[in-house]
Amino acid sequence: MRRKICVTGVFRKLFERTFARSAGNVSVSAGSYRNKQAAQKAGFFLLFCCILATLLFLGSIVYFIFAGGSKVVTWGFLTQWPRNAMTEGGIFPALLGTFYLTLGAVTVALPLGLACAVYLCEYTPGSLALNAIRIGINNLAGVPSVVFGLFGLAVFVKFFGFGVSVLSGSLTLGILILPGIISASQEALMAVPNSLREASFALGATRWQTIKKIVVPQALPGILTGVILSIGRAAGETAPILFTAAAFYTRRYPQSPFSEVMALPYHIYALMTEGTHPRQQTVIAYGSALVLLILVLLISGTAVFIRQRHRSYNG
Amino acid sequence: MDKEIRMRAEGVNFFYGSRPALKDVNLEIYRNQVTAIIGPSGCGKSTFIRLLNRMNDMVPKSRLEGRIFLDGDDIHDPETDVVDIRRRVGMVFQKPNPFPKSIFENIKYGLEINGMRDKSVIEDKVVDSLKKAALWEEVKGRLYDSALRLSGGQQQRLCIARCLAVEPEVILFDEPCASLDPISTARIEELLMELKQEYTIVIVTHNMQQAARVSGNTAFFLLGEIVEFGKTQDIFTKPRDSRTEAYITGRFG
Repeated sequence: MRRKICVTGVFRKLFERTFARSAGNVSVSAGSYRNKQAAQKAGFFLLFCCILATLLFLGSIVYFIFAGGSKVVTWGFLTQWPRNAMTEGGIFPALLGTFYLTLGAVTVALPLGLACAVYLCEYTPGSLALNAIRIGINNLAGVPSVVFGLFGLAVFVKFFGFGVSVLSGSLTLGILILPGIISASQEALMAVPNSLREASFALGATRWQTIKKIVVPQALPGILTGVILSIGRAAGETAPILFTAAAFYTRRYPQSPFSEVMALPYHIYALMTEGTHPRQQTVIAYGSALVLLILVLLISGTAVFIRQRHRSYNG
Repeated sequence: MDKEIRMRAEGVNFFYGSRPALKDVNLEIYRNQVTAIIGPSGCGKSTFIRLLNRMNDMVPKSRLEGRIFLDGDDIHDPETDVVDIRRRVGMVFQKPNPFPKSIFENIKYGLEINGMRDKSVIEDKVVDSLKKAALWEEVKGRLYDSALRLSGGQQQRLCIARCLAVEPEVILFDEPCASLDPISTARIEELLMELKQEYTIVIVTHNMQQAARVSGNTAFFLLGEIVEFGKTQDIFTKPRDSRTEAYITGRFG
């Protein structure tokens, strides 16, 4: 409620400032002036409604997840195994599985994506091939995640024979976040001023030395931001691991990269669609959703923090 | 006045796409002299100086005709090692561009990429080049501070120190004082006068007084061509071409 008041206050101030400016500069007849004023007021009101609607959606999502899940989330919930056919206990194996999958995805996507971005930015500037590749990458980013899941099933699970495993899931998630990492890295690399490259070349540095010691270190905060946001994405995706990595329940910790794992998003999905005790399971699903939400928010927060810190460095 | 020729441009034409930027430029650069290149904006001065250490290699769709020699070697020959050319022909840019690292690391970088590993040698070199660039007294207590915290003039002298550290033979200055205040400019000019004892210097400048003060030879560029090239004294006191006279007396540019 307090937030709403604050937004209204800002809004009024903005409106008054606009109003004052137009009053000072333009002299028009009182009638048409009043009309314009009314139209402006109406316009601003409309915009305000839009903001309110957005906040309402966001707020209600957070509210319902909190309301449904906050009761079950305890330290034990985070550290215990599920018990009694998923009606009691915790989500520890799912957390662990999500950790493995995300780590695996970043391990796959970071070197690949960074190498790709470096090549596109530093070796083929402004060429036709570059544009073609860029369009390709953007399209890759638009592919629905379930298609990645099917691709993973066909290629990693079946063709390479990795089976339903951490490895297949990591590779699939890796490909999913690849476009994000490439474009974030590309942006970060392009933001490095050309004058630094020239300074390095003029000292007799090779392209590779310049990239390794000047360009990439300078772009690192931007690249990291992209990576962290991708981690958030990889941690939250369900469809890509549906056929490639996730299991409803495993008896043991994953033994090798070729084991199936439980994972948070799939755990939520499974609790809501499978099993025999929907009432108890729903509560746990809400709890898991809350954990996932907080996890992703924390990860994104870290990205914002890094970016902010970097900005204050260079300012 | 027969001095040793260090660099020579022979019939140089340069194109950005299909647009010609330089037309049949012929120029000699003498050892231990400051050669100034003057001319109005867009006349090709910067394009030319950047050809002297192949900085224009990176410009897409550009094309060079003619040849540029450094001690008799064609620097644009496909056989020539561009990295070697750039080490021998250093460059200081218009805007100070120190790396976002410490003062010490800024100079160390050039030494390291040229294969220097010995720590104590590197330290000596850093101090030495800072002294040569007349910056040592101001920064000796804070070598490990960020170079970005220095003033513009100090940053530019750091860039000069960085350039000196790799022991180039020729140093190119592309409007080195364009973004500096008059006091910093005066310090850089003093420095140029000292450096020419040891190095061959080419300087592009917008500032005609600066060219007159620091250089031995001056070339006047206009629309991509050299209008006049000769002793600075002659160019400024008895120009042969009416366009040169018009420019140096401030009628255009």
